[in-house]
Amino acid sequence: MKPISTNKIINAHKIAKIWFSPLISLILAGLVVLALFPAASYASNQSSRVRAIINVKIVPVIGQPLESGSIIIKDGLIADLGSNLSIPPEAKVIDAKGLTAYPGMIDGYSSLGLVEISGVAATVDNRETGRINPQVKAIEALRYDSMHIPIARANGIVAALVAPSGGLIAGQSTLIKLSGWTNRQMAIKESFAMVVELPQIRSGRRSFRGFGGQQPEVTTEKALDELRELFHQARMYEKRRQAARNNLLLPLPEFDETSHFLLPVVKGELPVIFSVHGDQDIIQLIKFVKEEKIKAIFYGVEQGFKVAREIKEAGIPCLIGSLYGLPPVWEDGYDSLFLNPVILNQAGVKIAFSSSSSSSAKDLPYHAAKAAAFGLDRTEALKAVTIYPAEIFGVDDLMGSLEPGKLANIVLANGDLLELGTKIEKVFIEGQEIDLSNRYTELLEKFQKREQEKQL
Amino acid sequence: MRNKLIKTLLISSLLIFLISSATSLQANGNLLIKKATILTVSGPAIPEADVLVIDGLIKQIGQNLSAPPGTRIIEASGKYLMPGIIDTHTHIALHGTNEGTDAVTPEVNMATVINADDTSIFTALTGGVTMVHTMHGSANVIGGQNVVLKLKWGKPSEELVVKEAFPTLKFALGENVKQSNRTLLPGRPQRYPATRMGANALIRRELNRAKDYLDEWDRYEKLKKSKNPPATLLPPRRDLRLETLADLLRGKLVARCHAYVATEMVEFLNLAKEFGFKIGAFEHAWEAYKIVDELKAAGVGLSVFIDSWAYKMEAAEGIAYNAAYCTNQGLLVSINSDSGERIRRLFNEAGKAVKYGITQDEAIKLITINAAKQLGVDHLVGSIEAGKQADLALFNNHPMSAYARCDMTIIEGEVYFDREKILKERQEAAAKKGGK
Repeated sequence: MKPISTNKIINAHKIAKIWFSPLISLILAGLVVLALFPAASYASNQSSRVRAIINVKIVPVIGQPLESGSIIIKDGLIADLGSNLSIPPEAKVIDAKGLTAYPGMIDGYSSLGLVEISGVAATVDNRETGRINPQVKAIEALRYDSMHIPIARANGIVAALVAPSGGLIAGQSTLIKLSGWTNRQMAIKESFAMVVELPQIRSGRRSFRGFGGQQPEVTTEKALDELRELFHQARMYEKRRQAARNNLLLPLPEFDETSHFLLPVVKGELPVIFSVHGDQDIIQLIKFVKEEKIKAIFYGVEQGFKVAREIKEAGIPCLIGSLYGLPPVWEDGYDSLFLNPVILNQAGVKIAFSSSSSSSAKDLPYHAAKAAAFGLDRTEALKAVTIYPAEIFGVDDLMGSLEPGKLANIVLANGDLLELGTKIEKVFIEGQEIDLSNRYTELLEKFQKREQEKQL
Repeated sequence: MRNKLIKTLLISSLLIFLISSATSLQANGNLLIKKATILTVSGPAIPEADVLVIDGLIKQIGQNLSAPPGTRIIEASGKYLMPGIIDTHTHIALHGTNEGTDAVTPEVNMATVINADDTSIFTALTGGVTMVHTMHGSANVIGGQNVVLKLKWGKPSEELVVKEAFPTLKFALGENVKQSNRTLLPGRPQRYPATRMGANALIRRELNRAKDYLDEWDRYEKLKKSKNPPATLLPPRRDLRLETLADLLRGKLVARCHAYVATEMVEFLNLAKEFGFKIGAFEHAWEAYKIVDELKAAGVGLSVFIDSWAYKMEAAEGIAYNAAYCTNQGLLVSINSDSGERIRRLFNEAGKAVKYGITQDEAIKLITINAAKQLGVDHLVGSIEAGKQADLALFNNHPMSAYARCDMTIIEGEVYFDREKILKERQEAAAKKGGK
């Protein structure tokens, strides 16, 4: 499945409308350029400074690695990269000898900016009360100055999907870059997808139903029936509204918040990220998605390996849940969470790794490496934190690899990007060099002063 | 007829003997591991070397070693052998962790609630862990006594206990014991203490009581030994709660204190000085990097997370540099899991410390020899040296690499986890299923 690229859809739409107008041929030409280089329009307000990273090993993810080359950054984009480039005289040169350039990583699923200190309710904004919340938008609560964002950035992560959580319909996720001075500035796609959470796999043990936790026993079947009904209501709501628009004698239907915000979903304009876990649940969900004609992305997918062929045939990409977990069912084998992405990848399913976290979002590369330890091809592991999430989120024309015309989201590392001991020396987001200081470094420096004072 | 019976009996007993001797051969702790890179921890790594294990002990490390006939040989070319991983703070393999109904419960002992069937034991083995310090929880200020176990999966609980380890007593401070993150049930009063002041005062009160208790016994013993003991002399009433605390004051028990913020650690150090007891380590110790001088002066170790932080207020200044920085300042640091899940990737957690300022060789110590020292078993385990117990873990890559996978875990020369065997069993099961 090729997910939507908003830019391309808008451009095509405009082109169709203005085709017969001779006056606008110049604009048409401009649009064609934009269609070819969407990153140019996206980054038009970026730094116009020219930079050249030289003597750098390049792992572009798309294309062959280069042992030593240069990358030219201009207007926030990668202007060029290669081994024998002439450096523009106005360029600020960064000698990166001994370092490797990678595209910045993209976290496939996180709570960055929504959860600050998980145990302190005042700092938690990812979980609305109630079960049906299509109206809530992650972007509108995003804490741009979260202490977790600079830490993730300092580990080479430049973009993330931020998802709300809880209930059946958790709300609207947002796709953000990890820089910007307001929440809105961070948005790549303000509302990327609706998040729907299906029940977890029952591991045999009864779930805790203590204080006030009178949770109804919800099966995936029941949950999908409920969704089907909600989608049906949304379609009927739209019909009634349409009818009232066409006939002034008909009363407008009363505003129905749930239907209103589910409309883009049932129209197939807004994808749905389904948090789904068990193999049989996945099978049911594939059928549901087909019937309801929903643009779907799966998240979690712990037992996906059992139905990898079906997922592949359905063409649904998978955001792999955190590998910091245990197999949901003992019989799956101790290593099933680690083998799952390997088997999905080998079956041809498009996968992306996720931190599923805010306070350990920085660990994204280690999830990919963990799968590699259990057999995932290392280049595939790297793709699953760069170009694959970019493709799944429909922004592969902007990011996910080092290619001319893409945003200059570049990480300079002193070793393998996914390795535990590797230090990230520099990060560029849209050509802008990012300050890598963060809560960790600031507190360390503050208390290192105690040692330094002794030397004075 | 009778002859036949005797014959059958003879044959079957012979068979039983053969089988039992064969299994004992397999399980008597003799192994020869060949051509692995040996991460000795006590010294530099030895490339392509053999390790010979006899009767559960490391007999010899060297090139081209030979073994007595019948010894199991493990081909480990291209692999990395490290000492078995030691987790200094877990709650696995227990039937219950918190006697939290009272703020003071030193009389409870985790050794009495060992659960040898806990699948977390197997989970831990799959990550190369061979020994755990499994502890009372942090629900109360003075918790229970902890126990050190070897993860001999399948063996009865008595065989898991490491008797040589320091006997330890759990203390806890901060948010958990003052119950600041707990919603009170209607009608349930708040437990004392509800502040850090109260927690400290409570420890002081209990230790003063224990001091008096010791005194009472001393007075009794003196009178008993005197020339003319009074006819009415009776021993003091034995109090198991105070008895345990008295053992702490006698130096027979070592305190392990769950603490996060700098102030509570400084104050616990003061209490230790005031009452003269030993602190084995601070658990979690997220703000240790702020008080390195005080910790160094007291010679207290740290059992910490590498970067699991910001889950509550007192963990909001927990920086991933803590372990590496404190190591570089000369403190004895171990990395713990505190989790039946994180335990299987404890080697990854240690590996992360490299990013924050120590070498791979130092990082590996955080989960081996440093942990062994903190538990008082460094003369037995924690490094690969001749004479030590053969607790070993075999990895496909350097265990401090993100690409590392544990392939085999050995305790006292017995193989408790063998990935290859599991894969083979899976294949056989799949073939059986496919054949039907």
